[in-house]
Amino acid sequence: MPKKKDAKKIVFQSADEMPMMPMSIGSMLYNKTGSWRNIRPEIRLEDCIQCGICWKFCPDMSIGIENELPVVDYDYCKGCGICAEECPVKCIVMVEERK
Amino acid sequence: MKKEKKMTLTLPVEEYAGSGNLACQGCGAGLAMRYFLKAMGPRTVLCIPACCWAVIDGPYPHSSLSVPIYHCAFEAAASTATGVKAGLEMVGDDKTTVVAWAGDGGTFDIGLQALSGAAERNDDILYVCYDNEAYMNTGIQRSSATPYGAWTTTTPVKFFKNQPKKDINAIMAAHRIPYQATASISYPEDLFKKAKKAKGVKGTRFLHIYAPCPTGWKSRPEDAVKLGRMVIQNCIFPLYEIEYGEKYTLNIKVKDKKPINDYLKLQGRFRHLKPDDIQIMQEEVDRNWARLLKKCEAS
Ligand SMILES: Cc1ncc(C[n+]2csc(CCOP(=O)(O)OP(=O)(O)O)c2C)c(N)n1
Ligand code: SF4
Ligand code: SF4
Ligand SMILES: [Mg+2]
Repeated sequence: MPKKKDAKKIVFQSADEMPMMPMSIGSMLYNKTGSWRNIRPEIRLEDCIQCGICWKFCPDMSIGIENELPVVDYDYCKGCGICAEECPVKCIVMVEERK
Repeated sequence: MKKEKKMTLTLPVEEYAGSGNLACQGCGAGLAMRYFLKAMGPRTVLCIPACCWAVIDGPYPHSSLSVPIYHCAFEAAASTATGVKAGLEMVGDDKTTVVAWAGDGGTFDIGLQALSGAAERNDDILYVCYDNEAYMNTGIQRSSATPYGAWTTTTPVKFFKNQPKKDINAIMAAHRIPYQATASISYPEDLFKKAKKAKGVKGTRFLHIYAPCPTGWKSRPEDAVKLGRMVIQNCIFPLYEIEYGEKYTLNIKVKDKKPINDYLKLQGRFRHLKPDDIQIMQEEVDRNWARLLKKCEAS
C-alpha cells in the first residue's frame, strides 16, 4: 500500500515523461476527500468497547487502529456516518463541521 | 488513553483498497471491493468495464487500488478476463487470479453474452458482479437487476419499474459452473470467506454482491450497511452458494422473516409505492424464498 508521503499528484509536463504503457503509477492519496464532509465523526474513546465494527464498515479506510483504539483519519473521512450508525454502544457522534 | 483489551478484528488488517477514491459517501461498491481484495491478496488482476468502479479507482495515472486494473469495454468484462488469463498462462504464470469486476448493468444486461460464453467454456476466471440495482455511473437508469417498483430516471414515478429483478444466479447455475455465491457488504466475514473459497476453485466462478448505492436509491449514506443487512433478514437477497449448478447451500437460514416495508421506507426510490404495489413485491419475495428453500432441501 502506498504510504501517506506518496500523497502527491502526478502531472506530466510532456509526453516524454509518460510511461511507455498507460499504467497507474500513483495512489489517490493526493485527493483529500475529507473536504467533502459536512458532518464529522467524533469517537468518545472512554465508552469504546474495542469491537472493531467502525473500522470494519468504513467504506473509505478512514478509521485506523492506534494503541488498540479506533482513530479517524480526517484527511479522508467523507462523513458518511456509517461508523456512528453501526457502533453498538453509540460512542461515535456526528457533529457539524465548522469553517 | 490506554485499554487492557485488544481490538476485535474479524478481517485481516491488510488493505488493498486505498483512501482518496472517488466513491460517493457511504458507497456499498467501495466496501465490496475493500472486503473482496482482503481475501484475494496482491496477486490479482482486475478487469473492470465501464461502471462506477471505473471512476472510483481514480483518473490516470492514479489508482486507489494496489492491484493492477485493466479497464475494458462495457460489454467485455468476462472476455477480457479470459484473454488476460490466457496471456498469463502463456508466460507461465498460473498463480495470479484473474477477476472480472462489473456492475449489474455490465453483468445482467450488456455483458451477459460474454459472461455466458466464458462460463460455457468454464474459463478459469472469477467474475464478480457488485449489484447496486441500476446503471448508476451514467445517472440511475433501470437495468434488469432493478427490482419491481423502483424509481429510476428511465422508470419515473408514474411508470415505475414493472418487471421483477432478473434471476442471474439461476442463469449462472444453468451453466453448471463449479462455484457461485451471493454475498452482501453487511456480512463482510461471509463475503471474505466466499471470495477466498472462490479463489481456490478452478474454472468459472461467480460472486453476486449486494452493494447499496445511497445516491441512486435516494437513501441516507449512513443506512448503507443497514440496508445490506435488511435484505438478508427479509429474504429479498438471501445468502447462498451453488456448486456445479446443483448443490445449493443456504448460508443464513432466516427463521423470523421480516416484512419488506421497513426496508422500502428507508429509500426514496420506493417512496411512491401504494400498499397494493408493496403487496405485489412481498408476494414476489415470498415466492422466490420458497423456491430457494425447495432447491436447498432437494440438494
Ligand atoms: C457500449 C457502451 N454503452 C454505454 C456506455 C455508457 N455507460 C458507462 S457506465 C454505464 C452504466 C454502468 O452500470 P452498471 O454496470 O450497473 O455499473 P454502475 O455504474 O451501476 O456501478 C453506461 C451505460 C458505455 N460505456 N459503453
Ligand atoms: S463517517 Fe464514514 S468515512 Fe468517516 S470514518 Fe465514519 S464510516 Fe469512515
Ligand atoms: S453512484 Fe452509487 S455506486 Fe456509484 S459511486 Fe456513488 S454510491 Fe457508489
Ligand atoms: Mg449498477
